[in-house]
Formats: sequence, structure tokens, C-alpha cells
Amino acid sequence: MDVLYFAWVRERIGLPREQVQTNAATVADLVAELRAREDRYDMAFSDLSSLRVAVDQELADFDAPLAGVREVAFFPPMTGG
Amino acid sequence: MHVSVQEGPFDLGDVSSEFASGHKDMGAIVTFTGIVRDLPGDPLQAMEIEHYPGMTESALKSMAQTAIDRFSLGDALVIHRYGRLVPGEMIMMVATAARHRKDAFEAAEFLMDYLKSRAPFWKREITASGAEWVESKDEDEDALARW
Repeated sequence: MDVLYFAWVRERIGLPREQVQTNAATVADLVAELRAREDRYDMAFSDLSSLRVAVDQELADFDAPLAGVREVAFFPPMTGG
Repeated sequence: MHVSVQEGPFDLGDVSSEFASGHKDMGAIVTFTGIVRDLPGDPLQAMEIEHYPGMTESALKSMAQTAIDRFSLGDALVIHRYGRLVPGEMIMMVATAARHRKDAFEAAEFLMDYLKSRAPFWKREITASGAEWVESKDEDEDALARW
């Protein structure tokens, strides 16, 4: 699936998007897989309360299932308006 | 409904006039415009706005449709810019058309409250001392409880 990062999440991880091969059942499982990769991921995901997630471009919770999902995005709380 | 996510500026007068015409059965039009505000003490050189192409438009359309249904609007408009803006520039606007003013005002506030914390935009302030991501405010999240 495609994994996208925005704002300071993108800066900490160092890229805006990547393809990830995963069998993660939920967003939280995917986060655990990413954190295990490298320090920059571990740091970016260290405080989930300061992160938001969208699954196939809809806001979702970290326990959202990933079966059939094509795109997951991680970002800080939004500051529109 | 009109939703636009754009880098370039918009003409408030032209957009407002066009929106206000052609709604003979709507007695009230409310528009709100957001401006890039300078910072006290540490002058703002620019505001950079990042967004999530694809999700942004669908999120704004969904908010506008919810406002139309909930407040019985005749029409709703949302324009939001991204990219690099300087103080004084218009960032965004909403416009609502309703039969009576209460619905038009409330729908505009509803749209603004949702845009603040549910539309995928992220602001970064550039000053002489560096670049800082704008943090979301608890009061913006709390504002949603009203609806």
C-alpha cells in the first residue's frame, strides 16, 4: 500500500510517501512495523496522541482495519482555516 | 456547491458577487474571509500551507454538503489556498446562502469550525528566527462539540 506523510511527520521521516509491503491488520500494527524499521520512524511515531491518520483519504482511528486499503496517511492535527 | 483548493489568489468581490446572484429564494448571504495575520514581536515573513491533494477536496465537499443539509442552505462555497502566502493575503473564504440569516451565519461558523481541525491543511510560520509548524489549539477541537 501507499503510505503518505505530511507536515512534521514528513520532515522527521524524510520522505513524503513510500510503498510498503505489509500484512498489518490495523493501522496500529502498521505503526509498530514502521517503528521497528529505523530511529527516524520510531521518533516520528513516538507519541500517537499528537498524530492523526487517514485511511483511503478518510480520517480514521489507529485501530482501523487495513484489509483492502490502498492508502494510509499520517500527519499532525490539522490547522486549516 | 463550489469548492476550490488553489495556490493562487481569489477575488473576494467577484466571488461574493457571483455567489450572491442567482439565489432569488435565498434572503441571506454570509461570507467569511481568513487573512494571514502578522505575529506580534516576531514579524511573519510568510505562511506556508501544505495540504493532502485528493483528500482535501473530498473533505471540503463533504463538509459543505453537511452544512447544506443541516442548515437547509440554498448553496455553499469554500475556497482554501495552499503554498506560500504573506501577511495580509487572503487564505480562505466560505460563503453560505440561506432563506434567513440565522442559518447562513450558523452554517458559516459550522464550516469554519470544521475547516480548522478536520480539513487536511497544515500551516508553517516563517519568521527571522526560523520556521515553525503551527500547533492545533484545544479550543479549535472543543469548538466542534457545539455541533
